[in-house]
Amino acid sequence: MTTTDPLARPNPAPEPAPKAAAWLRRLRPWLWGATGLACLGLGALLAQHWLPAATSQSETAIGGQFSLVDRDGRIVTPQTLRGTPYAIFFGFTRCPDVCPTTLARLARLRGLMGPDGERLRIIFVSVDAAHDRPADVGAYVDLFGTPILGLTGSEQQIEEAARAFRVYYRNVSLPGGGDTIDHSAFVILMDRDGHFKSLLSDQDSEQQALAELRALIA
Amino acid sequence: MSMFSRRAAARALVIAVPLALAAMPSALFAQSSTEAIRVTDAWLRETAPGQTAGGGFLTIANSGKVDDRLTGGGSPRAAQVQVHDMRMEGGVMRMRPLDSGLPLPVGRTATLKPGGLHLMLIGLKQPLKRGERVPVALTFARAGKVTVDFIVQPITHGTGGRHDHH
Repeated sequence: MTTTDPLARPNPAPEPAPKAAAWLRRLRPWLWGATGLACLGLGALLAQHWLPAATSQSETAIGGQFSLVDRDGRIVTPQTLRGTPYAIFFGFTRCPDVCPTTLARLARLRGLMGPDGERLRIIFVSVDAAHDRPADVGAYVDLFGTPILGLTGSEQQIEEAARAFRVYYRNVSLPGGGDTIDHSAFVILMDRDGHFKSLLSDQDSEQQALAELRALIA
Repeated sequence: MSMFSRRAAARALVIAVPLALAAMPSALFAQSSTEAIRVTDAWLRETAPGQTAGGGFLTIANSGKVDDRLTGGGSPRAAQVQVHDMRMEGGVMRMRPLDSGLPLPVGRTATLKPGGLHLMLIGLKQPLKRGERVPVALTFARAGKVTVDFIVQPITHGTGGRHDHH
């Protein structure tokens, strides 16, 4: 905007333009200051939102302390799992579809890995403390024809493990009586040191999933 | 029979069927409707001891003259048989009963297979062992009860092996 605008000339009162410019000039440092502050604030917000995810998701966001129980009542922790990479999946034995499908897929992928597959541990955690006793989870995983470590625990233990792995689950009452559990359906891959490696989803092709698993045990 | 008269006959049936329904003994009705509803590839997923629910899968063709609806069922092996749908929302699996059942329009075939629609056998009295046959009486809104023998398959059945295509 300029004060020499020819269109402004016929204006009987040309003062407002220079007046406005003076105002703007006086305001300018404040405006810049405000803009700067806004930028800083936005930057801080973005950093808060994105930086932890970007810098630590691969290292610390997934994983943490937990303590679960195997079929024989033995306590399983990140420390007892150290040394063998694992693929861990959370579900419940009454789950009619996504749980058997996911575990069957992992079992099949391990078969496709050949002898290397023996260096991968598959873990199933039941989040259904009300129904699944440790022995039930053990009997369930036996159906897949490949060694799967079945774990569960008290409500607190399950909650702690789900939090460590950023797994969502929620018990839902059904209208006709009974209940079900909504839960995250991704498979989490953890390396031999107990660090998060990557996620497998049912959207990954068999080749992709196989590559991920091979990279995990490499 | 011409197209027109067939349609007229169908229209007459639409009027006649509900009228006849009121008078007909239900057993006779169920029998006549079984011809309209054809169930194939019915199988249950094996379960482990302690597992109180299991999934069932099947293909249902409605070759009858009226739209129908699968509303649920019953089995001597379970306390309840419901029709459920499974959906993935943002990586979370959610399973819900179909409140008004599974619609089966005339001429359509519905496939209940892993990854979506399924029967849910709730309150299993004993494990479903692979290879055994389990009767399930399916309940249809129009066709009434249709009893089908389901074969129990291994837990890994139909989960996207080499022969399945995605």
